[in-house]
Amino acid sequence: MNIIVCIKQVPGTTQVEIDEETGVLKRDGISSKMNPYDLFAIETALKLKEQTGARVTVLTMGPSQAELIIKEAFMIGVDDGYILSDKRFAGSDVLATSYTLAGGISKIGSYDLIICGKQTTDGDTAQVGPAIAEHLNIPHVAWVSRIKEVNNQSIIVEQNMEYSFEVVRLPYPCLITIESNICTPRLPSYLNMLKTKDRPITNLSLMDLPDTSESNYGLKGSPTQVERIFKPEHNVEQVIIDCADTDGSQYAYELLKQWKFI
Amino acid sequence: MASINIDSELCDLCGRCISVCPFDAIEEMETSITINAACRMCRLCIRNCPQNAIKIEEKQQLIDKTDWQGILVYAEYYENKIHPITFELIGIGRELAAKVDMPVYCLLIGHKLKNISQKFLEYGVDTVFVYDNERLKRFSADLYANVFEDLIKEIKPSVVLIGSTSIGRSLAPRISTRFKTGLTADCTRLKIKKNTDLIQIRPAFGGNIMAQIITAHTRPQFATVRYKVMNCAEKCEPHGNVINRNTSRQITTSSIDVLDIIPKEAAPSITDAEVLIVAGQGVAKKEDLELVKELANSLGGEYAVTRPLVEKGWADYTRQIGLSGRTVKPKLIITCGVSGAIQFTACMNSSEKIIAINKDKDALIFKIAHCAMIGDLYELLPPLVDKIKGISNYEI
Ligand SMILES: Cc1cc2nc3c(=O)[nH]c(=O)nc-3n(C[C@H](O)[C@H](O)[C@H](O)COP(=O)(O)OP(=O)(O)OC[C@H]3O[C@@H](n4cnc5c(N)ncnc54)[C@H](O)[C@@H]3O)c2cc1C
Ligand SMILES: Cc1cc2nc3c(=O)[nH]c(=O)nc-3n(C[C@H](O)[C@H](O)[C@H](O)COP(=O)(O)OP(=O)(O)OC[C@H]3O[C@@H](n4cnc5c(N)ncnc54)[C@H](O)[C@@H]3O)c2cc1C
Repeated sequence: MNIIVCIKQVPGTTQVEIDEETGVLKRDGISSKMNPYDLFAIETALKLKEQTGARVTVLTMGPSQAELIIKEAFMIGVDDGYILSDKRFAGSDVLATSYTLAGGISKIGSYDLIICGKQTTDGDTAQVGPAIAEHLNIPHVAWVSRIKEVNNQSIIVEQNMEYSFEVVRLPYPCLITIESNICTPRLPSYLNMLKTKDRPITNLSLMDLPDTSESNYGLKGSPTQVERIFKPEHNVEQVIIDCADTDGSQYAYELLKQWKFI
Repeated sequence: MASINIDSELCDLCGRCISVCPFDAIEEMETSITINAACRMCRLCIRNCPQNAIKIEEKQQLIDKTDWQGILVYAEYYENKIHPITFELIGIGRELAAKVDMPVYCLLIGHKLKNISQKFLEYGVDTVFVYDNERLKRFSADLYANVFEDLIKEIKPSVVLIGSTSIGRSLAPRISTRFKTGLTADCTRLKIKKNTDLIQIRPAFGGNIMAQIITAHTRPQFATVRYKVMNCAEKCEPHGNVINRNTSRQITTSSIDVLDIIPKEAAPSITDAEVLIVAGQGVAKKEDLELVKELANSLGGEYAVTRPLVEKGWADYTRQIGLSGRTVKPKLIITCGVSGAIQFTACMNSSEKIIAINKDKDALIFKIAHCAMIGDLYELLPPLVDKIKGISNYEI
């Protein structure tokens, strides 16, 4: 069995600040890390590997520094790594990102199961997984909270819905996205680091993909545009009561009566 | 559908663009500056380039937007229940439709839908399209995407609105990808331009920033919309109609088998409560949660908590408000000892009335409170509960 896990490099913190005057995001240096939700996807794959002897490959699209997260994945126990990096992928939205990843997956070749994280901590759309499945024309199930059974033809998983768990069977090849906190991701190991320090990472550029027409990638292939970014605004009419000089409970009581809650 | 180019003749490698880029998308190479895969087209580099060396090339518009008319709302129906977000989508759908003079459609998928389809007409929907078939009884994304495709090809809507629910967020990307068009995730505000471009506003980076997104060159424009943010549609005199659509084998076949549906324990839902009292880390001990529960009881509401309390095991995660918990929009919310981190406030700040109790006068929570009470919750809550109970005893 071959498993491909999609992983993304994200900024090290979500505590981004915006400069009020220029509307520019203030960045926290250059720190970046693996999308934390993808660690659960890798862990799920490695558990399946232990169970079935599957081969686990990670794939990322991003700038060349994103190789770092592939190396991290190697240290966790992943077998192979591919990076899709090309300046013509610049500015990809979900449609273009998923199309590029789907192209990379086709290039990698044989796969039975693709695993994605539930969402990222930056773009935060949770859309890339299902979109990859659509490009590849394979079934998907999102929000998987448990793998119940695997065999040679199919996988049975539990899908976390708002008010229920749905148990579903999917035939290979298929894609699942993994809920967070369903397992404890193992840590990178020193032993693995030594073992994998010379392991090659395969680089894929636009010209390696099945479709080489530039207009389907990056900005040109992205139907959505971020027009502007801004800070969440707060503006409410308010009263401020300092309980040091007002009887707070009496005030609250009167207010609740006035608002007709009592 | 546009691209940013740097004119190497004009560029003097000053690096200003690199420092203003919010997305770390500009890199200095040996003799030139290039834009990498992180670019989001925010155009800040263009505005900030002292040499005017950065230019944008817009591609020609490829489609005729007037071919695409109407706002299609996905009526989420699952396990014999209409998801309440549907009425919020109809609400915002009607608002948008009125601005550009378009009809509002609903798509309803499932089995035995005869009585249900009528319901949407009472909320002012122009046409409800129904796909009723035993094989559509259970949701799977590939199956429902086929149905969606069938309808979109038929009616060519300009906008498609889908709830940002477990089902919606799994289904929407499949169908938007099928039409090679844009999908904006988890919108909290929507407006529409005269030329029918939808202005979509959504939180990203864990709620720390808001992004305004448009899908200017393709149709339909897909958006998923956060639950409990938009106003429900008002009831009105029905004027619309119901159209039952053909459900051929082709669109009702899925490779996914739903084997079982296990209901979650029906916990009292904080999303449905009209009154919520929230405990934060200002509550010092687990036993003291009783204070908050008592206030909730006395007002006929539910109690809820911030994430740290769930992490400490004081309350179930189904009671957590916030980005990694639930979004709530009750009539009244009283926060007790909550600091007001953005991950919390982003998911409760559209509550109708907000009272915040915190002993720190600079607490962030006060920025969004209608009534900011600077004080100690341990001194405030017990007498307040007594007063409320007093009156209800008196009335009995
Ligand atoms: C502020 C902001 C708002 C945005 N809003 C939208 C929007 O509404 N619609 C839109 O189309 N685009 C949007 N984008 C662009 C979007 O973030 C990027 O397209 C991004 O490449 C993929 O989306 P995501 O980060 O949301 O991933 P998600 O869909 O949240 O990621 C889910 C999973 O997909 C896999 N994955 C995602 N990206 C990669 C990758 N590069 N390599 C390998 N695996 C990956 C991972 O397994 C991940 O866990 C936005 C970007 C920003 C900065
Ligand atoms: C990606 C991400 C997702 C997150 N998701 C969530 C989420 O879903 N929900 C969530 O809640 N948080 C979430 N958080 C955490 C969030 O950032 C805050 O850490 C959290 O909300 C703080 O909880 P708190 O207000 O209870 O505690 P604190 O920040 O510790 O605040 C306690 C407050 O109580 C006040 N206080 C103390 N004693 C008293 C007293 N006797 N009387 C009155 N006031 C008193 C203090 O002045 C202080 O303001 C998330 C964080 C991240 C990074």
